[in-house]
Amino acid sequence: MAVVFEKTKMLTDAVFHYCPGCTHGVIHRLVAEVIEEMGLQEKAVGVAPVGCAVFAYNYFNCDMFEAAHGRAPAVATGIKRSRPDACVFTYQGDGDLASIGAAEIVHAAHRGEKITTIFVNNAIYGMTGGQMAPTTLVGQKTTTSPYGRDEAWCGKPIRVSEMLATIEGAAYIERVALNTNANIIKAKKAIRKAFECQMSGKGFAMVEVLSTCPTNWGLSPVEAMKWLEENMIPYYPLGVFKDKTKEGE
Amino acid sequence: MLEQNLFAGFGGQGMLLIGQFLAQAGMMEGKYVSWLPSYGPEMRGGTANCSVCVSDSPIASPVITKASCVIAMNRPSLDKFESFVRPGDTLIVNSSLVDVKAKRDDINVYYVPANEIAEKIGNMKVANVIILGAFLELTKCVSVDTVLEAIALKLGKKKANLVDINKQALVAGAEAVTAK
Amino acid sequence: MAQILMKGNEAIAEAAIRAGCRFFFGYPITPQTEVPEYMSARMPEIGGCYLQAESEVAAINMVYGAAGSGVRVMTSSSSPGVSLKQEGISYIAASELPCVVINVMRGGPGLGSIQASQGDYFQATKGGGHGDYHLIVLAPSSVQEAIDLMGTAFDLADKYRNPAMILADGIIGQMMEPVELPEMKEYKVDPEKKPWAATGWKPGDKKQRAVINSLYITTEELTELNERLQARYAEIEKNEARWETYNMDGAEFVIAAYGTVSRICKAAIDELKQEGINVGLVRPITLWPFPKQAVRDAVMADGVKACLTVELNAGQMVEDVRLAVNGAKPVEFFGHAGSLMPTAEEVKEQIKRMREE
Repeated sequence: MAVVFEKTKMLTDAVFHYCPGCTHGVIHRLVAEVIEEMGLQEKAVGVAPVGCAVFAYNYFNCDMFEAAHGRAPAVATGIKRSRPDACVFTYQGDGDLASIGAAEIVHAAHRGEKITTIFVNNAIYGMTGGQMAPTTLVGQKTTTSPYGRDEAWCGKPIRVSEMLATIEGAAYIERVALNTNANIIKAKKAIRKAFECQMSGKGFAMVEVLSTCPTNWGLSPVEAMKWLEENMIPYYPLGVFKDKTKEGE
Repeated sequence: MLEQNLFAGFGGQGMLLIGQFLAQAGMMEGKYVSWLPSYGPEMRGGTANCSVCVSDSPIASPVITKASCVIAMNRPSLDKFESFVRPGDTLIVNSSLVDVKAKRDDINVYYVPANEIAEKIGNMKVANVIILGAFLELTKCVSVDTVLEAIALKLGKKKANLVDINKQALVAGAEAVTAK
Repeated sequence: MAQILMKGNEAIAEAAIRAGCRFFFGYPITPQTEVPEYMSARMPEIGGCYLQAESEVAAINMVYGAAGSGVRVMTSSSSPGVSLKQEGISYIAASELPCVVINVMRGGPGLGSIQASQGDYFQATKGGGHGDYHLIVLAPSSVQEAIDLMGTAFDLADKYRNPAMILADGIIGQMMEPVELPEMKEYKVDPEKKPWAATGWKPGDKKQRAVINSLYITTEELTELNERLQARYAEIEKNEARWETYNMDGAEFVIAAYGTVSRICKAAIDELKQEGINVGLVRPITLWPFPKQAVRDAVMADGVKACLTVELNAGQMVEDVRLAVNGAKPVEFFGHAGSLMPTAEEVKEQIKRMREE
């Protein structure tokens, strides 16, 4: 029988622990496919976060590190500096990257660290059961903002892509979403570009992926996708915020 | 022989540096040495001092609470460290900047107008080396020639032209304490 | 090789390089700043990597990343900064990675002072961060010993896949003494010797891919890790205790002290000897593993009436001395917290007081 589809070899056969309707699985596959398509299998080293993707080291079929909460960019820095030829990526959620790891991501970008960061923004802490994140929208109810996020009390959500785009060392910053097939294809292109940016030595690259969390949002997967479109995309506009990859070509 | 010396002054007066010259020279003469500076914010314009031990046997403690010789380059150093000098031992005071006399009469006190001598030689920066010259003359801790070698080593090739003025300073310092 | 006069912090840095360390991640803090300063000048000369991290937290995590790649890597800091590193140190210990951490101790708690202290003995020897783990802790008492222990630290870290710490103090860091440096050593990562390291892997390779990790979500797996660690610690305790004794012949009392303080005690012992009073010294060089048997043997020697532990803190190592002696003879403590260095005169007074009791 002819093989018409084969799962990428850059994912292990381990069964994902993610909830039904969660988009982590899609993002894992996009990242794994890009690594395989670019022929980076042997060079790839991933750094998993603390958060829902904490077990990413079980799924990505390459050398993997598990970092302390928020510290993935520092760990990736240590790997990349000791193995400059390696293809190093971090995979981080919004609590990990935008809250406890804000310093590490800002300074990795600031140094122009030649790593690729996949930033999964679902506006909530998933693994600990739905607490408020720096990216939680104003009015959004979580287990630690039961009356809805109060702007006067907690401030407005952080737009990480816009912030990092102001940093000189950031070479490629794009925000994508997984709400339509077209957008999933766009997301894969962005991820590929972020890896190309690293491998050509241009500097720090990050792709922010707007993602859903049906479980902690209390919505069905379909409703969650709709909520993302109606609430997240207006506040977190999609697009390229920084692109230095064409410079010097 | 165990010489425990304490060189103290304002940050910038070069006390840590002459301490290093002495330690380097002691080592070059095959002695055991240690050099321990005060450190931190006081380096920036406050008082700075270093303890330099020179010995024929391994140095137990590099931390000094009793000294065989104290150099006080300024008034705060005199106030703080006069009491450290062991009875019968030596205190050298920079009389250019210290306008009082030492209080104790059980020690040997020498007053060296280091800044004025430096001005005469034509380089204000060598006041510290002048006082080191006085120290070497009084204590014979290490030889002047070895100290000059140590200074030349520290200055390196780029600043080799400064060896002469340092030599003059050592001689002038020695003369200041033999003249009396 | 001829002796040169070198400052402790710079000597530590050069000795690390000569032990094959080519990766340094750090952050400025007094009184250890000469270590990163020296590294920033020296590493580019030899094709190594010096990187100033944004924080001590980031620095230790960079160490984690590089250690996982198998290279010889280190960081240095002083007490408040080492507190910040504890999270990362716990992860490194749990992930069974070798690295070297320097702590040039200063006074605490809190921001404390910048003067020398031994206030971090508990933190260094009892784990420091969360969970059941140990560092190999080496405490030099001279600049030369700091140099010699650097090579030991890297070797032991590699041998046992465990972080090692050089626990120095502000005086060791700032002092200059004549030293001899070891020969330069190149260290090449050998995937045969470090099969666990992330040195490159692709699907289909015979060996397993590297997973550098300290998360063991099931109690069975976590118990297995802990049992493996404890077995290793037992092995380290059996093999690696290091100490020095001094003037033990005919001693009436034994002083237990380490680092700079042990030298002040030596000065006191020398002076007491001139007065006809014989006092011995037992100086732990490894603070973990603590040289229990050696300390016990010293204190239990015939003629020794009691032990005086002297520290530049409120009394920390004295607990381990008491455990070693286990009540068989009196163990007293003398010291100051707050960076006020005990003097030889004070130590002598303590011994004389103990003689009269």
